[in-house]
Amino acid sequence: MAEARVWGLVAQFDDPAKLLHAAEGLRDAGYKRYEVWSPFPVHGMDNAMGLSRSKVPWIVLGGGLTGMACALLLQWWSGAVEYPVMIGGKPLFAFEFATPVTFELSVLLSAFGAVFGMIGLNKLPTPYHPLDKIAMFRRVTDDGFFISIETRDAKFDLHRSRELLESLGGRHVTVVEE
Amino acid sequence: VAELPQPAAVGRVRGLHLLHGLAAVLVHGPHPDLATLRDRAKSKVAYYAYGMFALGWRGANRHWQNYEKAYLILAGLSTPLVLSVHTIVSFDFATSVIPGWHTTIFPPYFVAGAIFSGFAMVLTLAIPARKIFKLEEFITVRHVENMNKIILVTGMMVGYAYAMEFFIAWYSGSPTSPSPSSTAPSAPTGGPTGSWWSCNVITPQLFWFQKIRQNMTASFILSIFVNIGMWFERFVITMSLHRDFMPVVVGLLPPDHLGRGLSHRVFGLFFTLFLLFLKFLPAIAIAEVKGVMPQADPHWEGYHADHHHSADHAHAAGEKHHG
Repeated sequence: MAEARVWGLVAQFDDPAKLLHAAEGLRDAGYKRYEVWSPFPVHGMDNAMGLSRSKVPWIVLGGGLTGMACALLLQWWSGAVEYPVMIGGKPLFAFEFATPVTFELSVLLSAFGAVFGMIGLNKLPTPYHPLDKIAMFRRVTDDGFFISIETRDAKFDLHRSRELLESLGGRHVTVVEE
Repeated sequence: VAELPQPAAVGRVRGLHLLHGLAAVLVHGPHPDLATLRDRAKSKVAYYAYGMFALGWRGANRHWQNYEKAYLILAGLSTPLVLSVHTIVSFDFATSVIPGWHTTIFPPYFVAGAIFSGFAMVLTLAIPARKIFKLEEFITVRHVENMNKIILVTGMMVGYAYAMEFFIAWYSGSPTSPSPSSTAPSAPTGGPTGSWWSCNVITPQLFWFQKIRQNMTASFILSIFVNIGMWFERFVITMSLHRDFMPVVVGLLPPDHLGRGLSHRVFGLFFTLFLLFLKFLPAIAIAEVKGVMPQADPHWEGYHADHHHSADHAHAAGEKHHG
């Protein structure tokens, strides 16, 4: 490692209000690869950043439908195809008595879809991040509000992006190395 | 031996419920807070231990967006699950040939009983915890009072269900005692039944008085009474199996020293794990409390007074730069 490459810029903001306005400013300036970091979800930030809706519900729907299909198939196949046993003249398979298992497995796989979908979409676990090297960034899980811009952003320019962050109220604008 | 499948069935449903609970609470809930603990850790061991479970959470808004959506969906999934767990237990009861185990009042009765005992157990744990850890500002008197109101309401619901069971037992005219609770007063389980009724139906009536609802000591003692009452309710239901249609199961199987010991060990295990939880994990969700503070709202009045103009200015500057 002769020369560390620049990952991007990070700036600290005083409070959620400044953070929200700064995110709107970056959005309006045409930035895409920037991220807002806060100790808690800030209300209205998704719109301020111009994010599209979360994809988690689709994964949950997929999980729920998979669970429902698996439960119905398993009960129908094992009870009516593979090992049919006539008990008291009852049907070998019926939706009525298949309901509890179907419901439970749908909910189980939906819940897994929510948890693992969230983890997958967020690309967790992430043991290392370039921002970990910035001492002030440790406050992000306590009371610190930050915005970072990556060099990969088409609009990124070390000088102009720094000036923009400062004009939006960012303090301690710092260059982050990879 | 028709009643043998019941405990297994109940266990199966509870097991699934536990899986959901684990997914919802242990895997999903706390990792923003674990990240807070990681970043405030004083020792390397704590740093790596919390860091491992925090999954590298750093509070990115794109992460919060997915996290909040997943949280909302899990909450939505848990609500019907609470009802289904107990309803399916009563389905399992209904597949048996035990007299009185088929009444249609069982599903709502079990759900009400679960809310009743659940709230009482939370109070039993939360009232000492808020005192010892000085969490009075977070678990307020108003929270406890509202929980006491729920205990009062659900206590009367289960009281109605118990009364209805007696009525059905009498109305059915069956020569065998057709209901779990109606077998009890005459049988050797009369003592437990007395404790069950007085703790579940009578003592919660004290929560009609606001002074008692707002008194932490009284709330704690009454919540213990509810726990005792619910324990005896399950005890009596189990003991009611001594009187069904099969002569082979007639007779009581009272708990011996082994059964009592097991019971004590379960309490010990529970409280050990609970205390370990309090020691190593946040008892109150840190990020959630921050999120509901007035200062967390970007449009809070305090910000408007001194920041509004500068924010507008910054906005305009940004447009000038790149517009």
